Amino acid sequence: MKKIRTIAELGTLRAALERERESAKVWISVSNETCARANGSDKVIAALDEELRKQGLADQVRVKGTGCSGFCDRNPMVVVFPKEIAYQRVSPDDAAEIVGKTLIKGQVVERLLHHDGKGHAVQHEADLPFYRYQKRLVLRNHGRLDPTDITDYLASGGYTALSQALTMSSEQVIEEISRSGLRGRGGGGFLTGRKWKSCREAHGETKYVICNADEGDPGAYMDRSVLEGNPHSVIEGMIIGAYAIGARMGYVYVRAEYPLAVTNLVIALQQARDCGLLGENILGTGFNFDIRVNRGGGAFVCGESTALMASLEGRVGEPEVKHIHTAESGLWEKPTNLNNVETWANVPVIINKGADWFASIGTEKSKGTKIFSLVGKINNTGLVEVPMGTPLREIIYDIGGGIPHGKKFKAIQTGGPSGGCVPEELLDLPVDFDRLTEVGSMMGSGGMIVMDEGTCMVDVAKYFTGFLQDESCGKCVPCREGTAQMRQILSDICEGRGRPEDIDLLEELGHVVQDTSLCALGGTAANPMLSTLRHFRDEYEAHIFDHRCPAGVCTALIRYTIDVEKCNGCGVCAKQCPQNGVSGEKKQPHSIDQHLCIRCGICREVCRFEAILVN
Amino acid sequence: MESEELQGIIDHYAGEKGALISVLQDLQGVCNYLPEPALRQVSDALHVPLSQVYSVASFYNAFSLKPRGRHHICVCLGTACHVRGAPRVLQEMERQLGIRAGDTTEDMNFTLESVNCVGACALGPVVVADGGYSGQMTARKVSPLLKTLGTSHEENQNDS
Ligand SMILES: Cc1cc2nc3c(=O)[nH]c(=O)nc-3n(C[C@H](O)[C@H](O)[C@H](O)COP(=O)(O)O)c2cc1C
Ligand code: SF4
Ligand code: FES
Repeated sequence: MKKIRTIAELGTLRAALERERESAKVWISVSNETCARANGSDKVIAALDEELRKQGLADQVRVKGTGCSGFCDRNPMVVVFPKEIAYQRVSPDDAAEIVGKTLIKGQVVERLLHHDGKGHAVQHEADLPFYRYQKRLVLRNHGRLDPTDITDYLASGGYTALSQALTMSSEQVIEEISRSGLRGRGGGGFLTGRKWKSCREAHGETKYVICNADEGDPGAYMDRSVLEGNPHSVIEGMIIGAYAIGARMGYVYVRAEYPLAVTNLVIALQQARDCGLLGENILGTGFNFDIRVNRGGGAFVCGESTALMASLEGRVGEPEVKHIHTAESGLWEKPTNLNNVETWANVPVIINKGADWFASIGTEKSKGTKIFSLVGKINNTGLVEVPMGTPLREIIYDIGGGIPHGKKFKAIQTGGPSGGCVPEELLDLPVDFDRLTEVGSMMGSGGMIVMDEGTCMVDVAKYFTGFLQDESCGKCVPCREGTAQMRQILSDICEGRGRPEDIDLLEELGHVVQDTSLCALGGTAANPMLSTLRHFRDEYEAHIFDHRCPAGVCTALIRYTIDVEKCNGCGVCAKQCPQNGVSGEKKQPHSIDQHLCIRCGICREVCRFEAILVN
Repeated sequence: MESEELQGIIDHYAGEKGALISVLQDLQGVCNYLPEPALRQVSDALHVPLSQVYSVASFYNAFSLKPRGRHHICVCLGTACHVRGAPRVLQEMERQLGIRAGDTTEDMNFTLESVNCVGACALGPVVVADGGYSGQMTARKVSPLLKTLGTSHEENQNDS
């Protein structure tokens, strides 16, 4: 790719690329992110390429590995353009039929379509209920672009926002972002424009911008998806931010657990550099800026701003007291502006569409859209982008398709380890920064873990508290020791050793840890426990007073038994039990030896007659 | 690892501030863990006290100070995987391998670890074995997975 020397040249190049794309109408997209690759998407791409060659279409039809359009558990997804016929869970064996039937004969392969609950087949991606209720700004090009090809991004309007911003003054850019009302998507919800302004105004020649791609919330993966599927949108946002703030160097701090995100980002950065969109004298404007990638070390606390900067400096990632704001003294004690991946990716959208347009979406104090990862016990798992203020019920039932296997909804966990659980009574809550905080949870990075009647809320509290104990950096005594004590008490409760006074003790401990920890990890560490206590106290009481786990999860309190009415003696569980603990005559109801049972649950997993009971 | 090879990694980051973590990441990429002699060399070359090198190496989960096995199995215990039964998968892994998460089998064949989310939550419970993702894991699928890994290891040995 040749270096683009001016803004005008970029315009000409884009027009040419757009014309080229227009003429190549028929093409196939295959989502090819981590979630899709896990289900063999690269093999599907290879098979489609091979078939196109065999059936003589290789010159006319291109197969593109793209970002995932979010319906992750239906991967690999294949969309045939221009009609946008969407196929799900495609395997390499389906390639011949897709090419032969859809491309050559113009027919649809019925069995690969999405079938809604009523047995209707849905042909077009946009008509799937999963997408119909979404408003996709940041994810708009997922499933359309090859993330490893910058020309694809340019042809779909990429870097127009940068061209525009470079003709504005830095103050004007900051003003536009401020007026849009954009708040940081990393959890705290700080006003992005205000943050940029204070960094712009801070004293010093050298300034830095950083992209926080540490995505520590287990169960949230929108940042991974944005970096893997559309890395240029983040890069473009960062260049605009650096221009506005006056930074010449930027860093992306990515979780080491996201190898493909690192790969795609590094490729995209090199292409941007080759095109003259990064480096010296960007587009002939005299503005210099470049970006480096740093891999994280697998520590959750490094998502916190001061710990992240310490880690970038090659030190242990311990948070520091913020006597002075990082906007004034951050990385290497220079003014530094840190934003989350999704925050950066929103920037080009705002510059392109205008602050007023952006501010017209969402609620009074939370503007624009938010990407949520809808996971756990839900039918349609995936990434969902909706306007701020969308009610939880709509997200879970209209988009998510409700709870699988006819089970009953219990709670939705938002905000990750700093957040809390929202129960059924509050499902009509419009989701935005402030409303979630009001009910004792928080927005966090956008993880939404759906829990059904088979989820034990004490176990969930124990899980998060254990996570936080492991991830506490250990600097403050209340956080280090408090999380350990809370976890111990929660473990005792789960294992049937809970005492009546434990609930009060937990609450007291929780408040101490909340009030006396240095960083927000400790400051919010009691939230998962306190919020489950607030909404599901009865479950705690069942464990403590009745030695019973109502959800059938806590192994010390459950027994697997066989329902003699349902068991037909097929013997499958007896064969699979690792302990040889199931016995019985052929074709007669079996039984489980409680002394041998290790409660691994394999028998329940393999039984096709739902004859294994948990009690 | 030869000390020249390590010097190559160090030179790659020459002049960069805060290169310690990147150097250790590359070192671990080559050796699978962080051997003591190498850490001493890093300390000398980067003019970082050995105590600080160790403090960084032991702080971050990504680093291991012990040699790791030929096969690397990582069970995701992130929230999405947890509510779908990941603890039962890990329990079964531990039982079949006879080790706890974080340890390596005596024959150096398997290292078992847990991770908090690999970003493929839609497929949960997820296990990443030698870089390959397996979704919708259950306790029952543990034994077939271990067998495949075992065989691929034998095949590799036969190949070479
Ligand atoms: C323990 C802890 C972990 C955090 N992890 C992340 C993270 O993984 N990603 C992120 O963007 N922000 C994370 N944050 C928030 C950051 O400190 C910071 O507020 C954010 O990156 C700022 O970007 P924003 O204004 O665009 O939201 C974390 C904060 C704490 C206290
Ligand atoms: S609150 Fe916890 S994680 Fe934060 S600095 Fe203190 S000990 Fe470290
Ligand atoms: S929680 Fe397991 S992959 Fe995210």
